[in-house]
Amino acid sequence: MGEVSFYINDLYTSAPVGTTLLEAVRSMDIEIPTLCHHPDLKSEGQCRLCLVEIGDWPQTRLVNSCTYPVEKGLKVQTHSENVLQARRLVLELLLARAPKAEIIQKLAAEHGISQSRFTSEDPEELCILCGLCVRTCRDIVGVSAIGMINRTPAKMVSTPFKEPSEVCIGCGSCAFVCPTGVITYTEKNGIRSIWGRDFELVACETCGSYIAPRASLEYWAKQTGDPVERYYICRNCR
Amino acid sequence: MDLQRLEGILSRYACQPADLIPVLQDIQDSYNYLPKDELKVVAERLHLPLAQVFSVATFFTMFSLVPKGKHVCKVCVGTTCHLKGGQRLAESLSNRLGVDIGYTTKDMNFTLETVACLGSCAQAPVMMIDDTYYARVTVDKVPKILKKYQ
Repeated sequence: MGEVSFYINDLYTSAPVGTTLLEAVRSMDIEIPTLCHHPDLKSEGQCRLCLVEIGDWPQTRLVNSCTYPVEKGLKVQTHSENVLQARRLVLELLLARAPKAEIIQKLAAEHGISQSRFTSEDPEELCILCGLCVRTCRDIVGVSAIGMINRTPAKMVSTPFKEPSEVCIGCGSCAFVCPTGVITYTEKNGIRSIWGRDFELVACETCGSYIAPRASLEYWAKQTGDPVERYYICRNCR
Repeated sequence: MDLQRLEGILSRYACQPADLIPVLQDIQDSYNYLPKDELKVVAERLHLPLAQVFSVATFFTMFSLVPKGKHVCKVCVGTTCHLKGGQRLAESLSNRLGVDIGYTTKDMNFTLETVACLGSCAQAPVMMIDDTYYARVTVDKVPKILKKYQ
């Protein structure tokens, strides 16, 4: 694969074709805040925090660095006045959307924002609709138990028909990946409850600590072709 | 579930994932709504996750998960119709039919909806019942129009 050369903050650099600007910038130890980016998932550019300015002044424009591939001779500014202003605006909007989300409060404070000028529809809201949980469930876990439903302003993440999903394996990846911690599950007496469904947790045959829901173990066994008994021993005891 | 009716719709398509919206449109036309069991069959036959089918079914306003009435009455409240009294027309229909906007009458004859634009701004205010346009509708014309469908 070929390499392309371009400028990041006036520094001449190169990266393989197909690299996104975000990856290129981060490889140079320049920090760009993101909420919806995950290195193992294809970016969809939902949170818009990773905005950078590209092009020659004055013909510059703002693009999502997480979805924009590197180009030959491209001039990228990661912390110009335009970028910071746009990023502050995005943070204000996110703060109005999910006022209770700690990560957004923290990011906003870092950018000098204590209050959003926009009115919040739900002061208890945590979800920023970044879709990271939906993408994880679809692309990494591979079951697509959850999806986005309705259209804005009623858009939300939900299981089909808002009922316990038949295909959910209770793995909890959606809760793990969620940047704002809106997806929660409870574990009590060997039962994990997530998305309105209860999953029986399997205890390790050796040490007795809970490993994962039975449905998850069976799914992994099916995916890998290994006998399911192999998964009944936790990673530490193997 | 009326599997035969559903098979009749599905047999017209190659059952590729891309056929989802046309299939849902046909089901909406035939059933007046998207029944839950049918959606599950569609997901299976089109090799799509149910979550995605449900996502599409709830995104578009042309799809409904609850049965719509025999006739769907769409009142335009786009910019031009709004200025020409589209909102008043919608309220008048709402009073006359005895349903709120977005709901269906008890006898399942009418569903009253508002839409953003019907593309006939020159004839505002416009409303549409099933596939028929009614142009320059004033409140006093409403009873006469509704009579045709009762």
